[in-house]
Amino acid sequence: MFRGSETKMAFVTPSTAAESYDVIVVGSGAAGGQAAYTLTMEGARVLMIEAGRNYDPRTETPMFQTNSMAPLRGAATPDKPYGYYDATVGGGWEVPGEPYTNASDEESRQFMWYRSRMLGGRTNHWARHALRNGPYDFKPRSRDGLGFDWPISYQDVAPYYDKVEMLIGVYGTNDGLENTPDSPEGCLLPPPKARIGELLARQRGRRIGVPVIPIRRAVLTRPLDHQAIPPKLHPGNPKAQRILAEDMQGRAACFWATSCGRGCAIRANYQSTTVHLPPALATGNLDILVGAMVREVPLDGAGKATGVVYVDKATGSEHRAGARAVVLAASACETVRLMLNSKSSRCPNGLGNSSGLVGKYIMDTVGAGWGGQIPLLEDLPPHNEDGAGGLHVYSPWWLYKEQLAGKLGFARGYHVEFGTGRGMPGANAPYVPDEGGRTRFGPGLKEDARRYYGSQIFFSGRGEMIPNEDSYCEIDPKAVDRWGIPVLRFHWKWSEHETRQAAHMQRTFADWVEAMGGVNRRKPAEDGSKVIEPGGKVIHEVGGTIMGAEASKSVTNSWSQTWDVSNVYVADGGVFASNADKNPTLTIMALAWRAADRILDEMRRGNV
Amino acid sequence: MSEPGSSGQPLAARMDRRVAIKWMLAASAGALLVDPLGLSAAAPDAAPGGYGKDPDLLKEHKPGDSWPLTFSEAVRRDAAALCDMVIPADGRSPSASSLGVHDFIDEWVSAPYAAQAKDRKVVLEGLAWVDTQSRKRFGRAYSDATPEQRLSLCGEMAPAAPAGSELENPSRFFRRFRNLTMAGFFSTPDGMKDLGYVGNVPLPRFEGPPADLVAKLGLTGEVTW
Repeated sequence: MFRGSETKMAFVTPSTAAESYDVIVVGSGAAGGQAAYTLTMEGARVLMIEAGRNYDPRTETPMFQTNSMAPLRGAATPDKPYGYYDATVGGGWEVPGEPYTNASDEESRQFMWYRSRMLGGRTNHWARHALRNGPYDFKPRSRDGLGFDWPISYQDVAPYYDKVEMLIGVYGTNDGLENTPDSPEGCLLPPPKARIGELLARQRGRRIGVPVIPIRRAVLTRPLDHQAIPPKLHPGNPKAQRILAEDMQGRAACFWATSCGRGCAIRANYQSTTVHLPPALATGNLDILVGAMVREVPLDGAGKATGVVYVDKATGSEHRAGARAVVLAASACETVRLMLNSKSSRCPNGLGNSSGLVGKYIMDTVGAGWGGQIPLLEDLPPHNEDGAGGLHVYSPWWLYKEQLAGKLGFARGYHVEFGTGRGMPGANAPYVPDEGGRTRFGPGLKEDARRYYGSQIFFSGRGEMIPNEDSYCEIDPKAVDRWGIPVLRFHWKWSEHETRQAAHMQRTFADWVEAMGGVNRRKPAEDGSKVIEPGGKVIHEVGGTIMGAEASKSVTNSWSQTWDVSNVYVADGGVFASNADKNPTLTIMALAWRAADRILDEMRRGNV
Repeated sequence: MSEPGSSGQPLAARMDRRVAIKWMLAASAGALLVDPLGLSAAAPDAAPGGYGKDPDLLKEHKPGDSWPLTFSEAVRRDAAALCDMVIPADGRSPSASSLGVHDFIDEWVSAPYAAQAKDRKVVLEGLAWVDTQSRKRFGRAYSDATPEQRLSLCGEMAPAAPAGSELENPSRFFRRFRNLTMAGFFSTPDGMKDLGYVGNVPLPRFEGPPADLVAKLGLTGEVTW
């Protein structure tokens, strides 16, 4: 069935790549990594094409570097928007030579697009929050009449959530809360103990009705069960089981130091480069081509994709690679761009765009923040709060019933992420109160700094945005990138569902600070549009190639297969028909695995 | 790089040859990145002269490695003196200048990024004000003034100053300088230790907060996992 080969494949160049593969995967992040993993472990020959450079977290991660070893004490800059030690390579809000534009000059109508240009994409720096969508999240329109239902339900995706959790390793607990699914036995790793500020937030959150439970993050709190898991993930496939078992033993459990945003040299957290790609490479079925920008998916006379056309970034020369199927996993917006730039007589408006919906319904996550200082947390004895390099707890949305009853004034929920504690000092001065506006200095300043260190809490609301007609991207009629490839132009608008939600977030957080014994120095915003993060800022952009039950109202079918071109699949967040408050990455991986299974089935049936 | 306080030479002489060559190379590499055909829409690329989007994260960095510093030796001595007014030595940790915090501030105000460029104006004008006042009132540079004289100028800058008043800018400068000094100081190994940051070490287990602390805050009932 497949052109399977036992010869080791690996990193290739335009001249050493094979002429043809079973599948070409465009992109190497959560979606591309998962698709390539599933396909190669089951025997398909895959060429993965990544626009950025090769990247090896095992040798490149700054694990114990302190901020005093970095320029500007590690401060965020336009070069490194999440700080010097953030894992992002070659990217950020701007990528040199690869612009995008916004149609409006008005800031609130603009979209910010975060990209990285490295193997593994944004999985190298993400927060590792791995929340499942719940049953409501796949059928939001049925519940409140807004947005779109997905053509699939939670039950369709649940087996893939199980598999992804077992593969990547996710800590967390089953709490039986509404629309916050439990995982079957054997899927989750134990949660880390809560930090002192997290315990206090939990106790006082209860007073204002907000639950606090362990968050789910893709970090190994103990080694993965390399005996039990591989047979569950690859039944009847001893080679895949052996490769995975061996690879799982190469991943260490967390050693409770350094922030996950730096990446992880000991492979204790999930990034595509440390979890998906090593076993995929070990199958001998994966070729990886880095530094290559895919510009087009050409079609043959029968309307099937023949592969891709890409630019070798080092030379600027154009090349072709052939495949029986193409998986687009370039990130929601980059996939839109590629499809709209793939024009032919058969697809004059771009590949897969007979509905005219490619680029429509781009969604991000609603974000608003709030901070407070908590006297109860002053002057604590020094103790190590590094923990799992990120959050240990969070609050899932808790007002489903009130919301459904129409009591809140906005239709969808949010979860709360919050940070407390004694993190590694960096470019921000430790907090000291400057009473009466007088700048504290001198001998007392050190004493103040010691006293107040670790006594602050920062809340971030992360909420669902409903897709709307005013938030979309299209090809800019004029602007092109360094290689002459037309670029995206964005349109953006939050609706009142989002801005009211942002205001509700701040009210909740202000109440919470008071419940913890803190004092709010200002009032929460009445008008949420003043405090909502700009579109794209939370880096959860999804949609643009949404899946649906009808070809005229969606871009892909329920298998993430484009309606128009049967051998082109979209594996990234583009297929999301809604954007639940849950962070999208786990769902991206689950759907990518499901799409890859479909491709394998179609190949076995001879349909691809 | 020369060590703090060791030389009265101008800036250029403080940048050694290796750094200068690195700068020239960086500048020419930057030129290659410019789109020769003018195809790209005015891309707000990485700031020219910055460390770029793919720096070597494993290499230990020193002020002056990524971009040239600004302070003359006289200004540098004033900055060091002011740093120590903000954070003097005590029984637990040394003073800010002895940890090179004034060089961090120099690096900060010399950086080619917008946020730092804003601070550059505030800090350089502020240090100039301090120097002028010191010479006018005490007849000597701030770095040569007596502890009492140094303190008196700080005491003048510390209170919030009303908009439009003579001390508005010095007051804003002092807050910013104080915060930069704190950030620079507490992020050093000595400063982290002083603050009570005891992380960044590998552990076999994460035990959570000490049980007696949990009990003291009445949170024992919250420990359910």
